[in-house]
Amino acid sequence: MYRKLAINHVGPMNGLRIIIDKKVFPLKTQNKQGENLIFKNLDFTIKKGQFISFFGPSGCGKTTLLNIISGLDKDYSGSVQPGSTTSTKVTSQGITNTYSFSNISYMFQSPRLFDWLTAIENIKYPIKKKKNSEKIANDLIKKIGLEKYKNEYPNRLSGGMQRRIALARAFAPNPNILLLDEPFISIDKEIANLLRKLLIKLWKKNKPMIIFVTHDLDESIELADRICFLSNLPSKILLDYEINLNRPRNQNSRKFISLKRLLSAATILKRK
Amino acid sequence: MNTLLKNGLFRRFISILLLILIWEITSKIINDKIILPSPSNVLESIKYHASQDLFHHVYITLFRVFTAFFLAMIIGSAIGIVMGRKKKLDDYFDGWLILALNIPALVTIILCFIWFGLNEVAAILAVTINKIPTVTVILREGTKAIDEKLVEVGKLYNKSRFEITKDILVPQLFPYFISAARSGLALIWKIVLVVELLGRSNGVGFKINEFFSMFDTTSILAYTLVFVLIIMSIEWFLVKPTEKKLTEWRL
Repeated sequence: MYRKLAINHVGPMNGLRIIIDKKVFPLKTQNKQGENLIFKNLDFTIKKGQFISFFGPSGCGKTTLLNIISGLDKDYSGSVQPGSTTSTKVTSQGITNTYSFSNISYMFQSPRLFDWLTAIENIKYPIKKKKNSEKIANDLIKKIGLEKYKNEYPNRLSGGMQRRIALARAFAPNPNILLLDEPFISIDKEIANLLRKLLIKLWKKNKPMIIFVTHDLDESIELADRICFLSNLPSKILLDYEINLNRPRNQNSRKFISLKRLLSAATILKRK
Repeated sequence: MNTLLKNGLFRRFISILLLILIWEITSKIINDKIILPSPSNVLESIKYHASQDLFHHVYITLFRVFTAFFLAMIIGSAIGIVMGRKKKLDDYFDGWLILALNIPALVTIILCFIWFGLNEVAAILAVTINKIPTVTVILREGTKAIDEKLVEVGKLYNKSRFEITKDILVPQLFPYFISAARSGLALIWKIVLVVELLGRSNGVGFKINEFFSMFDTTSILAYTLVFVLIIMSIEWFLVKPTEKKLTEWRL
């Protein structure tokens, strides 16, 4: 019950509060129905415009967390409430999310582009109905440096280019919450670096809240304002740390390396 | 000549000429109009029948082909999509589908004529029923292959159910529609001829039966050739360009 009172403190600053009482994943092993507990009593608040990174081992529920925040996964008990306009409903399961965000965007682990739409049409997709969608999409494709390929279909573009288009599409609705699910894995190191720079460039314009999940610590430290370290299942927050390094951050700088050592050491202790 | 042979279209043209040549030579060797009339005989016959009632019968047959085709496509797709989406219904009706696929066309045709009489409705119904199961199977596979992850993108950006269907589901099903349409057209017109032969008093199938009773091979080939050419032009000038236009995004 204390939770209902606690909501108030996020109210006026328009952040995001995420409460997951329980999230399970059904398991089927040798015809026995089992359950895998992913989250239990998870509760945290993200400030407006904050770039937060969730760092954790593979299979610790990072994607599940983003799916819950985006509203794609509604099969959990808990709630996701945007700042001042909270709307919760108490059901038999507990508190359930009933709020649908108007301006949330998501870049998935795979680009998830529509093969039958051209590059520019893909970027335009989230805002198709808006009058200035053409202009926004054109601006974005220029920013990601793919203007030459605007009328090409995704199948004819390289993996790196497809990610850039996916990134542009995620920014097209000018979101105030942007979710990123390990968007830069399994690609060339150089291309990944380029994409990270691009992400910072696009983020700086309107500074949406970014929730970024990754299992790459360097990436986390390079990009985020704040890192939450997740444990193995059932996932808990081991450490919640605010990073105060100036951007752009160099992965080889002394401060970067010592911070990385410090964070690794702290979480190794906690995991034990 | 060599540069000409590099052109795909030209090679196709040469191949058709070759076929006609083989036909001509064979008919010269056999020298019997009842067994194999020559191409020029058939051409003359086409001219003659064109001045008679050839196009009337071709028109009637085409009408039957297209009515049955559209009915089978609509009904078959609807059933296929539902079965692809709903696992339970698929489990219930999969057996029925396999049964329907294995009933010979001839049986369906005869049963339809027995149940509904020797009329137009029975004729078109028989053809439609023959084709529905194949369309259903193709569209069911297509629906099962739909990428849910792309549907999630639509949901994320608050697209309505209608918009998701139009912009995300239909484009993914399109190759399957085309494949069903293509095999459908070829199959249906063959079945329509059998239906006409058995229970109608007009159409290409009826005429072919008539020529059969007179052993008029020339006229049989004349009718066949005209109809095959029409079906082929539909494939070349309608189905293929549409397919190309709508699936150019595929590699």
